[in-house]
Amino acid sequence: MQFAIYALMVISVVWAVCAVTLRSLFHSALCFTAVLLGIAGIFVVLHAEFLAAVQVLIYVGAVMTLVIFAVMLTERLTDVSVRANNQQIWIGLLGGVAFLTLLIKVILVTPWPKHPDAVAATVMTSENTKHIGIALLSQYVFPFEVLAVVLTAVIIGAVVIAKKDKPA
Amino acid sequence: MIVPLEHFLIFGAIIFTIGLYGTLVRRNLIGVLISIELILNSVNVNLVAFSKATSMAPETGQIFAVFVIAMAAAAVAVGLAIVIALYRVQKTVLADEVNLLKW
Repeated sequence: MQFAIYALMVISVVWAVCAVTLRSLFHSALCFTAVLLGIAGIFVVLHAEFLAAVQVLIYVGAVMTLVIFAVMLTERLTDVSVRANNQQIWIGLLGGVAFLTLLIKVILVTPWPKHPDAVAATVMTSENTKHIGIALLSQYVFPFEVLAVVLTAVIIGAVVIAKKDKPA
Repeated sequence: MIVPLEHFLIFGAIIFTIGLYGTLVRRNLIGVLISIELILNSVNVNLVAFSKATSMAPETGQIFAVFVIAMAAAAVAVGLAIVIALYRVQKTVLADEVNLLKW
């Protein structure tokens, strides 16, 4: 079990590196889909089954379809002659490694407040989704409604931005 | 938890850094958007791991993750609409070729 979790993490990281470095955008979108599925698996490991389902439905189902559509609509960039990266590769790489080292150091040093009861409480309840639904419509109902307004505005905005201008 | 909390946090940090690198280095705007989505996903891993390991009510972190997923979907919808509008006007989707606000 433990080995499977670590294997899932390593595979996700490898796919994420592919998604960032491959020059064909279509391939990198497919690698990104693999990363999303790996992270959904990690959500299952963490007993967040509802989130795993949401991840697969929204990201893999909707967002990736949108991204692949956009890749196909803007075809020119798949030429081999076009450079995939800008001139900041080494700065980005160095900065990234430094940042990662710092983060890992901080993560390992910090004494996280672990709750032994919390683990037992989560493993016991299989009604995870039910609790999320209740909390979403009682304690978090205002952010939920705001989110609905935001999503409506986003749909209208995306249509307005992407539609063709009228011939003047 | 079988795997200690720190390992999930380190996994999230690695994914975050890969996304950060992609955001800084990619020329293609769609590639930049994919990298931003990677960053948001790593944050979700952190939220869920924390809510699993440290809180008595495990759904708190998961609800924040749901909100993050919804906002990420909104961001990618608007971002891709902007990319397509840009491609229609300027015939490019490379970030460093877009250096004029008005043309």
